Amino acid sequence: MNRINEEAENKPQLKLEFEIKEKDFNVAGEAASKVKKTLQQLGLTPEAVRNIAIVIYEAVMNVVIHATCGQLKVIIIPERVTVLTEDKGIGISNIELAMKEGYSTATHEIREMGFGAGMGLPNIKQCSHKLNIKSQVGVGTVLEAIIYLPSKDEKG
Amino acid sequence: MNLRDVQKILKAEVLCSEHLLEREVETGFGCDLMSEMLAFAGSHTLLITSLTNEHVIHTAEIMDAVGVVYVSGKQPAKEIINKANHNNIPLLSTPFLMFECCGLLFTSGLKGCKRDNS
Ligand SMILES: Nc1ncnc2c1ncn2[C@@H]1O[C@H](COP(=O)(O)OP(=O)(O)OP(=O)(O)O)[C@@H](O)[C@H]1O
Ligand SMILES: [Mg+2]
Repeated sequence: MNRINEEAENKPQLKLEFEIKEKDFNVAGEAASKVKKTLQQLGLTPEAVRNIAIVIYEAVMNVVIHATCGQLKVIIIPERVTVLTEDKGIGISNIELAMKEGYSTATHEIREMGFGAGMGLPNIKQCSHKLNIKSQVGVGTVLEAIIYLPSKDEKG
Repeated sequence: MNLRDVQKILKAEVLCSEHLLEREVETGFGCDLMSEMLAFAGSHTLLITSLTNEHVIHTAEIMDAVGVVYVSGKQPAKEIINKANHNNIPLLSTPFLMFECCGLLFTSGLKGCKRDNS
């Protein structure tokens, strides 16, 4: 078992990066769609593909809506996919509160576009195995979500 | 039921991907909030909405929705219809308002979505 973990460092790794520009409301959908197609080609299960696409969409949408600009990185290795967003923005003062279903600071305009249900972070939590959020008020937020992939024989 | 049945029940106009109307529909979900769709919608879900922007198409693609129904005769812009067509997402537009549209489908046997059935 230990040997497998040590080997992970040298295993093939695929890294996809996206720039999140200010007020670019389409980048979340485009990134999620692009990664989804890549993961399908790699033969991931439909469930894993869907969960990862949802995490990407919600995390990037949050950067566009609540922060100013940032970056998305998706790192794929055979045993897991890591979704990482880093943004410059107002930050989150109370992460526990932000995680609550229904909590949202979205404006009326944002709500009219179909966002602001306060379900984005809960969705990310639901769709990933590990979620880590670090934020500094007035500086920005880093969100890291990890989705473990079933090994080939588990897929059955 | 399949999308063809949905189209008949709702007297709907097909906006794109007519060749995919044989697709089976297992559940329906009516909502105008993207995160709610992503949280509650299950598999083989038909999205029912009054929002006509591109975010609905992105959301439908991410969650593998079988199609989208626009209520109260709404229709998205041409570019959005093209985008859906490109992604194989059939779009329908029904004259019925949200409540009647959902009610008609429900009484015809279409089930609603439950939390955590993804
Ligand atoms: N990257 C971010 N920067 C600053 N604030 C954020 C960020 N992400 C989330 N938040 C804060 O956390 C709240 C809850 O986020 P969450 O994604 O759960 O809901 P929402 O974005 O408001 O609505 P929804 O995601 O349902 O459209 C947001 O309203 C916002 O106040
Ligand atoms: Mg959000």
